[in-house]
Amino acid sequence: MSLIKADGLYAGYGGVDILRGTHLRVEADEIVVIVGPNGAGKSTAMKALFGLVPIRQGQVEYMGEVITHQPAERMANRGIAYVPQESNVFPSLSVLENLELGAYAVPGDLASRLEKVFAIFPKLQERRQQPAGLMSGGERQMVAMGRALMINPHLLMLDEPTAGLSPRLIDETISRIQDINQLGIGVLMVEQNARQALAIANRGYVLATGENRYEDSGPALLANPEVAEMFLGG
Amino acid sequence: MAEIAQLLINGILLGSILALGAVGATMIFGVLRFAHFAHGDFMAIGAYFALTVVTVFNLPVLAALPVAMLMTAGLAVGIDQVVYRRIRRVQPVILLISSFATALVLRSLIQMIWGSSNQVYQTGIQMPWRIGPLTLKPDHLLIFAAAAILVFLVHLFLTHTRMGKAMRAMSDNMDLALITGIPADRVIMWTWAIGGALAAAAGVLLGMDTRLHPVMGWTLLLPIFAATILGGIGRPYGAIVGGLVIGCAMELSTLIIPGAYKPAVAFAIMVATLIVRPQGIIRGSL
Repeated sequence: MSLIKADGLYAGYGGVDILRGTHLRVEADEIVVIVGPNGAGKSTAMKALFGLVPIRQGQVEYMGEVITHQPAERMANRGIAYVPQESNVFPSLSVLENLELGAYAVPGDLASRLEKVFAIFPKLQERRQQPAGLMSGGERQMVAMGRALMINPHLLMLDEPTAGLSPRLIDETISRIQDINQLGIGVLMVEQNARQALAIANRGYVLATGENRYEDSGPALLANPEVAEMFLGG
Repeated sequence: MAEIAQLLINGILLGSILALGAVGATMIFGVLRFAHFAHGDFMAIGAYFALTVVTVFNLPVLAALPVAMLMTAGLAVGIDQVVYRRIRRVQPVILLISSFATALVLRSLIQMIWGSSNQVYQTGIQMPWRIGPLTLKPDHLLIFAAAAILVFLVHLFLTHTRMGKAMRAMSDNMDLALITGIPADRVIMWTWAIGGALAAAAGVLLGMDTRLHPVMGWTLLLPIFAATILGGIGRPYGAIVGGLVIGCAMELSTLIIPGAYKPAVAFAIMVATLIVRPQGIIRGSL
């Protein structure tokens, strides 16, 4: 049974389909990466899974349960966490408050979850009293991922987690994502920095104009000359 | 000099009443994204609830205050459920207009139930204290203390409770609150309850300072919005500062211009803030 599985998705905004029969799945413990040119529907695919974009046709299954058309505010209860690309922290709240609120939907042992997050992102512990809005882009990304981890998710969805980061921070973020995956959390991510992301991916999907083009293990996609030429900039 | 000091005392007094109203109005704006035009009438009806408690049970005003706050909180939640909840998902401007209608309905209800003439909580003259050239009524100290305590309680609520933090989070970033699984409906209900309770407190304290009248809240709506905007819309701590600044500015303005223009001073400050610094005077995002 897949962690999450989408079949034949048609979804978009205002009656215009951005996804046109897209399918994808994430198995437990996998890192799955969606790459593709701008406007391919990568982010839309993730938002549709999370209930943020209306699905016109197709089905989403999470751990065997059909969750198509379920509202986004109920996803956290199920153990699905989503980190948007932008505005992904509560800026006037402290780092600690951001993390505490992350756990809102699934209350319980805060201390052990905080410990877990601080183990992955030690810097957040140092900065826990600082307002998240005053942090740098890289630190904010850590707060956002930390917030998402506070529900002890089964599946973590990341929308371009390395966008706008320096090369050093990109490497750092990618290896933190591997750490998170090591905890047994399935990861689905959309990435512009396709090479680094595919290098750690168990599987990758290449989307173009809302349709699946290629699907393979991350390294195999990287080695595929067609994919490299058309989607990874040669 | 003494005159300025006296006006400052009056200004802080008015300011703390405005602050209570403005904190509620700004929280409602932060969470629901609309200017609540019935906020002044929440103040008035809260003041009249207290009047009923005072006359029926023969209690001192401050003892009636918590009762009036609870009743107004309940009324605010009820009005939200019956009126605002249904139109929340359409445009904010429709919410704004309907809050205007709510204001008119509340004011008419006050006139029907309690009459439209001036009333007071206590008859008789309270002897003011004289401190040098300054005068201060014992009630003034009570008003200031009550406002300070309530503001402190709001601070504790916002920083130390799960619901308070969720409220700030929703005011900060509505979409992320949804993604995080924060229950919007519950947060909205609490926002109305607290906004209503604080408005009632402002109304009761205003009634202690002056008198009760059906439009007592409506006339303060403009200064309250001015305080909200000055402090940065959606920011409770900004609203407190904004309330005190507007209150003092309104009182001090009487040095130069006739007292009848006090609301115009608030209006001028509001317009100036919107032109020069629409994000409010407080830096950061408290």
